[in-house]
Amino acid sequence: MTLENKPAGPRGVRLEARRLSKHYGPRPVLRQADLQIAPGEFVAIVGRSGCGKSTLLRLVAGLEAATQGSVRLDGQDVIGLRGDTRVMFQDARLLPWRRVIDNVALGLPAGSHAAAQDVLAQVGLAERQGDWPARLSGGQRQRVSLARALVHNPRLLLLDEPLGALDALTRIEMHQLIEGLWQRNGFTALLVTHDVQEAVALADRVVLIEDGRIALDERIDLPRPRQRSDPRFGLLEKRILDRVLQHPADEAPERAPHWPGPPAHGLRWAV
Amino acid sequence: MTQAIRELQTTPLPGVADGPGLGLPGLQGGALLRGLGRRALPWLVPVGLVALWQVAASLGWLSTRVLPAPSEVLKAAWALAVSGELWTHVKVSAWRALSGLAIGGGLGLGLGLLTGSVKFFETLLDSTLQMVRNIPALALIPLVILWFGIDETAKLFLIAVSVFFPMYLNTFHGIKSVDPGLVEMGRSYGLTRWQLYREVILPGAMSSILVGLRFSLGLMWVILIVAETISAQAGIGYLTMNAREFLQTDVVLVGILLYALLGKLADVLARALERYWLRWHPGYQGA
Repeated sequence: MTLENKPAGPRGVRLEARRLSKHYGPRPVLRQADLQIAPGEFVAIVGRSGCGKSTLLRLVAGLEAATQGSVRLDGQDVIGLRGDTRVMFQDARLLPWRRVIDNVALGLPAGSHAAAQDVLAQVGLAERQGDWPARLSGGQRQRVSLARALVHNPRLLLLDEPLGALDALTRIEMHQLIEGLWQRNGFTALLVTHDVQEAVALADRVVLIEDGRIALDERIDLPRPRQRSDPRFGLLEKRILDRVLQHPADEAPERAPHWPGPPAHGLRWAV
Repeated sequence: MTQAIRELQTTPLPGVADGPGLGLPGLQGGALLRGLGRRALPWLVPVGLVALWQVAASLGWLSTRVLPAPSEVLKAAWALAVSGELWTHVKVSAWRALSGLAIGGGLGLGLGLLTGSVKFFETLLDSTLQMVRNIPALALIPLVILWFGIDETAKLFLIAVSVFFPMYLNTFHGIKSVDPGLVEMGRSYGLTRWQLYREVILPGAMSSILVGLRFSLGLMWVILIVAETISAQAGIGYLTMNAREFLQTDVVLVGILLYALLGKLADVLARALERYWLRWHPGYQGA
């Protein structure tokens, strides 16, 4: 676990999900998922679409209730929404009828404009504080949304594919921004993303959800800031991506010696 | 080669900058007159028609009983204004209209907010209100006269009933179509139920509510005109009906013009409200 670049003392929450299950009617989305996150860790959840990663995030956030199992933050069960948790959604979800500064100050007691301005400066949008959200670009709106999440000093920040709608360059800038703010504030971060490269660039651990279960839990032991040109980066990314796409790994695949055909998982039985 | 291209691009095309044969010297004179001409063009038809009307009336082609000259209409309006009658009638009519709007519109807004926000009331009231909506208010006139007689209450009732439905429908729809993502975000950021309503749901419904208001304002004048034909002692309708009795066509026209002017004023006010309350909306921003 890379301990450099972390502030002294963990400010984040410890997360424990035990035998977490979620059914939508007859359809199971999560099946007995187990996950542990240490305080201040940055964990990325990857998987194909519809695998349940957003559902897991929403259960942790308290936006939905689990069918079975429990989520505990610092030993307390998560029941409903919590003041120390903040979510960043896929779309910025800014109130279009309030100016940027008022959006950032949402939910804060009156007279907290100074704190809001400060956080807005941290995301680099101090000069846009008086604008209407409709005037901002997609990347700028997500930055305001990030500022809004951080102004409450959350101990757990949940990110639900927040960079999916942004162009590649803005995404790289946002990675640096999120990483910097995480290192500075020390909260626990849970990022849901379909982009394996993003997961390897930001996270301490990458978790793969498959068939509603945790199928892979890979620790990323690279120094920060992560260099995409680093060959270890590329290797890790390839390994995780192959696993996500269910290609056999480059190490000798398991093959039963008496079976000359493709490995068993490549066959479908029609009986 | 590039030098030639650059020259081509920076030299203004000949001929366009000069006016199209207006005979005015210099660039600026031509452009100014063209700008004026463009602004004046929409007024060409109405002014032309009024001028034609005046000429026709002055030459005696139009009988004064059928359609008096614009100059006559203006004279009649002036006479009424000077005697103070104009103002009295306008005041009475405006009071009727606005009271009806306050009652019907207020009720529509209130019920729309209620049924839109609370599921129980939606189930209880919405289908009934949708059924009643289909009864045209003007068809109720005989019933209204039987119930309320022919005094102010009858007129207020008609206006209120007509104005109620656009406000109710648009408010209901506005509340229902607030982005649920925003509501979820608001809840997750710790807004209380009341704060959520005030910060997220009401502003989100505002553009629909304002549409309802504009509809109501338009309807308000139409119903007022009809309601004022049910025997009145004062008001623009009374002015018009009275003038008709005495074959004062010019006063009738004054009445019609007053209705048109007041309707336009109401619309302008509603648009101003919209421009203020919806100034955050990308559709209302200039650039």
